[in-house]
Amino acid sequence: MGKAWTFGENMNTDEIIPGRYNITIDPLELARNVFCEVKPEYAKNVKPGDVIVGGQNFGCGSSREHAPIAIKGSQAKCVIAASFARIFFRNAINIGLPILECPEAVAGISEGDEIDVDLASGEISNHTNGHRYQARPLPDFVLKIAEAGGIVNFLKEHDIQELLR
Amino acid sequence: MGTLVEEIFSRKAGRIVKAGEILLLDVDYIMSHDNTTPLAIRAFREIGKPILDKNRVVIHLDHAYPAPNVLAAENHRRIFDFVKEQELPHLFQQGVCHQVMIEEGFVTPGSIVIGADSHSNTYGALGAFGTGLGSTEIGVAWVTGKCWFKVPETIRVELHGRTQAGVYAKDVMIYIAGLLGMDGGTYRSVEFGGEYIDQLPLHERIIFPNMSTEIGAKCGLIAADQVTLDYLDNETPAKGKGPFEQIRPANPRYERLLELDVSTLAPQVACHPDVDNVKPLEQVEGLEVQEVYIGTCTNARYEDLEIVANMLRGRKVNPFTRVIVTPASARIYKKALQNGLIEILMDAGCTVTGTGCGACIGRHGGILAPGERALTTMNRNFIGRMGSPLSEIYLASPATAAATALTGRITDPREYLMQNAE
Repeated sequence: MGKAWTFGENMNTDEIIPGRYNITIDPLELARNVFCEVKPEYAKNVKPGDVIVGGQNFGCGSSREHAPIAIKGSQAKCVIAASFARIFFRNAINIGLPILECPEAVAGISEGDEIDVDLASGEISNHTNGHRYQARPLPDFVLKIAEAGGIVNFLKEHDIQELLR
Repeated sequence: MGTLVEEIFSRKAGRIVKAGEILLLDVDYIMSHDNTTPLAIRAFREIGKPILDKNRVVIHLDHAYPAPNVLAAENHRRIFDFVKEQELPHLFQQGVCHQVMIEEGFVTPGSIVIGADSHSNTYGALGAFGTGLGSTEIGVAWVTGKCWFKVPETIRVELHGRTQAGVYAKDVMIYIAGLLGMDGGTYRSVEFGGEYIDQLPLHERIIFPNMSTEIGAKCGLIAADQVTLDYLDNETPAKGKGPFEQIRPANPRYERLLELDVSTLAPQVACHPDVDNVKPLEQVEGLEVQEVYIGTCTNARYEDLEIVANMLRGRKVNPFTRVIVTPASARIYKKALQNGLIEILMDAGCTVTGTGCGACIGRHGGILAPGERALTTMNRNFIGRMGSPLSEIYLASPATAAATALTGRITDPREYLMQNAE
């Protein structure tokens, strides 16, 4: 169980981690400045297992992988959004940051709500208001990458051709 | 049989493919830069397998180059060491990656070029499939030579007519961004065509795929034609890689068709804080700015500098406005120098910097203070992108930037263009 941190529509990569902090690739260093301008209290108070909740087009903008890495480095369990921007979607899957697309959950979750997420089934429970939501299922090959914990781990064990088999 | 992206992917897959299919395709070139290469190296080391084809790897130092601080210098050092260790043939410090990719002939019709930079969509201007990815996938592509793609649905943007004097491709694209919105093209291929596009020179065509990124698109495409082939022949070393097929859509099924007559369009401005906060220039005319920045992969080509120089010739920019010009590439800079443009810009009071991404990402070369407002030729105006989160960015054409540089307020370029004509 974790606390929900809510963000608005079109949360862009500059807002997740401004360009001037991308000089490092260290997840913990990046996590220190994650959301520093839109929600400065996040980096100080986030606890392992907390959940990021965003609106439409979460992660739009730059291709910087620093954005999902910074979120993963902050120990958040996953990102739930109404929809994801395409590069962020790929990057999150590739580095093993769990993401769930579920507009109903986004509409039903407020800042600070107690949230439980079953990553395997995509079930999201809001213990503050008692509601449950079901996230959209991910395509099979994306699940293969997610289950391996990211594309790098997948490639250690498999040939790239196995992705679509 | 299909949209332009389906036609390109079908040739690569060796069979007819349709939107919605997931493919694993060979990529022709794999681009990354000083900001994104270090993470790609980390992924590469973790995978622990060799680079499949070193000739396909292209690395640029442009985002924070020359280094504005010690961390950036260390970053460059790491990349130099890696390129030496792996004996990679393509390392560039000649300007903004996307411009150099095109100038050096890496982008050809029907090819697939992936880049660890969101504006890799730019390559679609030459009928190539270009798309931005994260660093880890770049490391994966170094090792496998491949990348997975979901064949996207297509939005066709059909542009009719010709723009009026003082209105440029940038104004048209900003207007389209306003219509479609910053998530209007997400996961889609946005195909630009019609008689307006057909008669545009390549440097103007580039704006459309380049800014397709700002509406979330996977790619922005313009079918290759004689203009494309002539450009490749005359301006790049790509000739030897041809002959190139002029791939066109064939009985395409579009998800959406947007038709637009550009002949009545006035200069446009994308206002703080979103690219789709678009207004006709007259609605923001007179708004004071503290910086004018002419640069980036969107609008710092020779022809852009020429427009600016023609407007600034014999005039002085506002003394209380920083006016910064960053040519997109060394080749552009050299040509501008040889033809006297740089002298005109300097005489007018502009600060001309070395090539690269410069002020666009808020690293160096024009950072904004709290409360400052910039009018720029960039493609992106996210909050805090150029420096302080309390600053504002307005996007416009090079002509609007030049007119604004003279007054220190957002100014319609048509006034000056008419004066010049008289």
